[in-house]
Amino acid sequence: MSGREDPGHLLYGPQPDVAGAAGYPDAPPRVGFFTDTSVCIGCKACEVACKEWNAVPEDGLRLTGMSYDNTGGLGADTWRHVAFIEQRKPLGGQEPGVWHENAENAEDTDVFAAAARLGTDAAPGPGTTTPPPDRAPEGTPAGQISPVAPDGRTELRWLMSSDVCKHCTHAACLDVCPTGALFRTEFGTVVVQEDVCNGCGYCVPACPYGVIDQRRDDGRAWKCTLCYDRLGAGMEPACAKACPTDSIQFGPLAELRERAAARVARLHAAGVTDARLYGESPDDGVGGDGAFFLLLDEPEVYGLPPDPVVTTRDLPGMWRHAALAAVSLAALAVGGFVRRPR
Amino acid sequence: MAECHPVGFQWVMEAKARGAKVIHVDPRFTRTSALADVHVPLRAGSDIAFLGGIIHYVLEREKYFRDYVVAYSNAPVILREDFRDSEDLPGVFSGLDTGTRSYDNGSWQYEGAGMWAVSGERDDEDGPDEPDDGDTERADGGNSVKEAARGEAHGAGGADIGEGEPERDETLTHPRCVFQVLRRHYARYTPEMVEEVCGVPRDLFRQVCELVTENSGRERTTAFAYAVGWTQHTVGVQYIRAASVLQTLLGNIGRPGGGILALRGHASIQGSTDIPTLFNLLPGYIPMPHAHQNQDLEAYVRAESTRKGYWGNMRAYLVSLLKAYWGDAATAENDFCFDYLPRLTGSHSTYETTMVQLDGVCKGYFLVGENPAVGNANAKLMRLGMANLDWLVVRDFSLIESATWWRDGPEIETGELRTEDIRTEVFFMPAAAHTEKDGSFTNTQRLLQWHHQAVEPPGEARSELWFAYHLGRRIREKLAGSADEMDRPVLDLAWDYPVKGPLAEPDAEAVLAEINGRDAEGRPLSSYEQLKPDGSTSCGCWIYCGVRADGVNQAARRKPGREQDWVAAEWAWAWPANRRILYNRASADPEGRPWSARKALVWWDPDQGERGEWSGYDVPDFKKDKPPGYRPPEDASGPEALSGTDPFIMQADGKAWLYVPSGLTDGPLPVHYEPQDSPFRNRLYDQQRNPVRHLLPPHPDNRYQPSGDEPGAQVFPYVATTYRLTEHHTAGGMSRWQPYLAELQPEFFCEVSPELAAERGLAHTGWATIVSARGVIEARVLVTDRMTPLTVRGRRLHQVGLPYHWGPNGYSTGDAANELLHLSLDPNTHIQEAKAFTVDIRPGRRPRGPAALALVRAYRARAGIDEHTGTEP
Repeated sequence: MSGREDPGHLLYGPQPDVAGAAGYPDAPPRVGFFTDTSVCIGCKACEVACKEWNAVPEDGLRLTGMSYDNTGGLGADTWRHVAFIEQRKPLGGQEPGVWHENAENAEDTDVFAAAARLGTDAAPGPGTTTPPPDRAPEGTPAGQISPVAPDGRTELRWLMSSDVCKHCTHAACLDVCPTGALFRTEFGTVVVQEDVCNGCGYCVPACPYGVIDQRRDDGRAWKCTLCYDRLGAGMEPACAKACPTDSIQFGPLAELRERAAARVARLHAAGVTDARLYGESPDDGVGGDGAFFLLLDEPEVYGLPPDPVVTTRDLPGMWRHAALAAVSLAALAVGGFVRRPR
Repeated sequence: MAECHPVGFQWVMEAKARGAKVIHVDPRFTRTSALADVHVPLRAGSDIAFLGGIIHYVLEREKYFRDYVVAYSNAPVILREDFRDSEDLPGVFSGLDTGTRSYDNGSWQYEGAGMWAVSGERDDEDGPDEPDDGDTERADGGNSVKEAARGEAHGAGGADIGEGEPERDETLTHPRCVFQVLRRHYARYTPEMVEEVCGVPRDLFRQVCELVTENSGRERTTAFAYAVGWTQHTVGVQYIRAASVLQTLLGNIGRPGGGILALRGHASIQGSTDIPTLFNLLPGYIPMPHAHQNQDLEAYVRAESTRKGYWGNMRAYLVSLLKAYWGDAATAENDFCFDYLPRLTGSHSTYETTMVQLDGVCKGYFLVGENPAVGNANAKLMRLGMANLDWLVVRDFSLIESATWWRDGPEIETGELRTEDIRTEVFFMPAAAHTEKDGSFTNTQRLLQWHHQAVEPPGEARSELWFAYHLGRRIREKLAGSADEMDRPVLDLAWDYPVKGPLAEPDAEAVLAEINGRDAEGRPLSSYEQLKPDGSTSCGCWIYCGVRADGVNQAARRKPGREQDWVAAEWAWAWPANRRILYNRASADPEGRPWSARKALVWWDPDQGERGEWSGYDVPDFKKDKPPGYRPPEDASGPEALSGTDPFIMQADGKAWLYVPSGLTDGPLPVHYEPQDSPFRNRLYDQQRNPVRHLLPPHPDNRYQPSGDEPGAQVFPYVATTYRLTEHHTAGGMSRWQPYLAELQPEFFCEVSPELAAERGLAHTGWATIVSARGVIEARVLVTDRMTPLTVRGRRLHQVGLPYHWGPNGYSTGDAANELLHLSLDPNTHIQEAKAFTVDIRPGRRPRGPAALALVRAYRARAGIDEHTGTEP
């Protein structure tokens, strides 16, 4: 066990046997999720199935204006979150639906000229102002819906992606948990024990993805358990079960990684060069995720950190420095005492 | 489909993974578009122009499947000389009576095929004169087809046609043959016309045409899937007809991977038309009898059955149904209680029922899982109708708007109604969910899937079965001993179902057994071919006969797909006879050989049985031992009269109908008409709207709007369309009260393009007020590129998207989009035009109370609207 021989690997770098490293002698194969966002239809069945199975409370009614995403992000009361991103970009193989440009008739390219010709006599209501032609209407999410311009709208794609706790190989939340409420399961997943958690909240800033969160009214930390109770009964997690298009796939991590690599190759062959895996590599900053993704754009587009690093990576070094500092301080103090003039 | 049918969409994704191309045609960019290969935004209400354009492409470029078309469709049939197409007349067909707004379809018939069609006693609403012989009346040519949703009676097959063999021209060159009529009819539906009418650029349209035609023929098939929004137009039935014409030309019906798939709006809407909740049908699409004087069983059967095809056995289906209803009381002597059946006196569709509520004629109303105060077009009129009832029973999961309008509805706020003045007694009965009862769902594939009860319903919630059974039981107890003839139909009912459990729930399997049918000894039947016209069999729905073959609930079968072949015949049970693809005889050529190895489904196997048999992967939809070479004797009738090359066995001539000589009220071929409310004049014809669309009597709250270049049309310059979101279900009764669903789409919103937002000063996530001649609502604004302006007839057109799930009750609330809608209906089905109408949109919240009414009135005045606006034929 290289991990045990080199304590650094407990917190950083590849770790092929997470359950073994955590002390399970005959652990079943590590399991996880492969979320293939290229086939996600944004139905949010995963969000609902998760809440139903795990009795996660409702998260408030709020129209966000961020496309069809009214969930916002992962949190104590949201363990699956479907992001919706509207982009002026063609999907692989997808054809643009409309052309707004019309070179033959310059006037047609001006929405305001066209609007003027519409001949309506019902003016906008009192107290409202029409934004200038080069600006988006107020409140339009910047960068997602571009300014009203006659020449910009050529192609459109709508990305959807179901986010979840990554069940990192090196989980900082677990590393920092002082009570042992967070633990590594025999399946290699990371779970909070609600009856042990004391609500200290150390895990919250430790997570490089911003996943784990404290519930407002009880203070304890909550997150995806990868349906630990279902795994124990030989069932797949509720979200994967509910997903109609197999965008969320559950299984042994090694198998999922193979499947994902084949899927990326196929998409590349089909001309979807944007396709890439995220969180799949054991060499990344968290030693690879138990839940990884196939994305069609940069991770930032989906609200994912581009290069997550386990926040406890430098902990041993920091402790070494701290110990050195303490020793030096002590030496100084002793030295000072020894040389005290009389 | 991904938006409203995400579970079914998994199969589209699976097909896509195998290389299928997905084309999505929709005014807005939805979750379906996001996964499609091509998205085609078009102007709401222009679909027939779009489909007609593809038909034009197929005909002009000779892309049709000629062998299939000649053998299996009515393309070679020659029409009568006096037929006039919409190209000959200004956008209408011969036989139009503008006074009665109806067509006489006499001139639509085939040359040489007798004189008459649909009619007989079927639609003789004008006078109760009862001829001794329906056939003589057929010949007099005086009937109209303006029947009470007649078209729906053909849910399991076509209407009748005249006697005798129609003349044919297999070369398809005779100027009056259907094929040539079709070619002339669609000659002007060019790509340029499609671009002008639909706003679809020519290049994009050509791409669609190429994809569809390249993927059709011997080796390949293309499927059409539509959601029921397609039916929600004044030409709704003709939308689907246009798709049927196209699919028939391309040879895409009766073959694997083909067809036209109606994605129904609820879990078992297919089931509720098979065993109908419709006024005009009995189970299995048997037409509800009319109140003709002295009509007995014999006369009814003579009028309703067809001479040829499986509807020729109508008497066996109906008598078996009467035996299921009235058991031992139904005897040959009393016409099997045929007189007990209720009779129609005209059209009694949902919206006409509302009108008679307003007239004070209809006094009681059951709402079972329906929320018209939010979900029906012109929701206000629905509430006003209910406010005029004596009693109203609402069965639902929660206190939906239809149960509380008398207390907190919009009319209370405006002062139009006062609670203390409303005399309607409203009963609310909580309903059990599907997990709390046994039963079946029938999906669009005609697949019956059984669901088992998981838990007892909470509190006072009960199943529909419980409610109907115990209501009937109690009524019968109250009537017991009555000597009144009027009570006999209720007292004579076979109303004995075993009950079980703490709530005395009737056994759903016992009901299924009654539906399946029994022979004289009480043994379960296995096929509708066993049904007898003499009363020795009983069957609650002939098309479901066999669902409990051998006494086994076939609908409960759940053998996984991976353990059987690709047809998966052992998963649940499909009507009829567990056939997975209807009319699958058409998957083989006239000689009975598969059109191609790749698309083989059923075929004639000369080595099977005594003299050969049909075999294949699916259950053949054809008489098992009828060889391809069979030609019927001249005096044959019913199924025997079908030849070995007549795959469309429910049709009166065994053929797919490119042209419909009878059965439709609004024309034999689909024509592009503008919606009731449209910002454009009809580019293709002088006729603006469907001349026989069903308008309801004038009502101040149901005003229509001016269209095109009529004065005032510009007051409502934007096209609006209503739709559903994945997160909610129809009128919201099943979703707005669920926190887990409500939080996903927490508020009513409208969707507009950035261009429209700029034009009207609408702010993203701000408020908008949307106005029509019927009402005013407010919605939060989503500004999105997914809504796109179109160029229609050289003008920039904006469309407003309105999900219709919301109402004032529940956990997630908002105004109901249906407040904006008028009642102008499809004349065949009486379905409202909810998918294409016009509105104005302006920033800010709507006025409250009486000021809201004043705003709508001001709009009406500005547009010059009165009771005549938009009512021209």
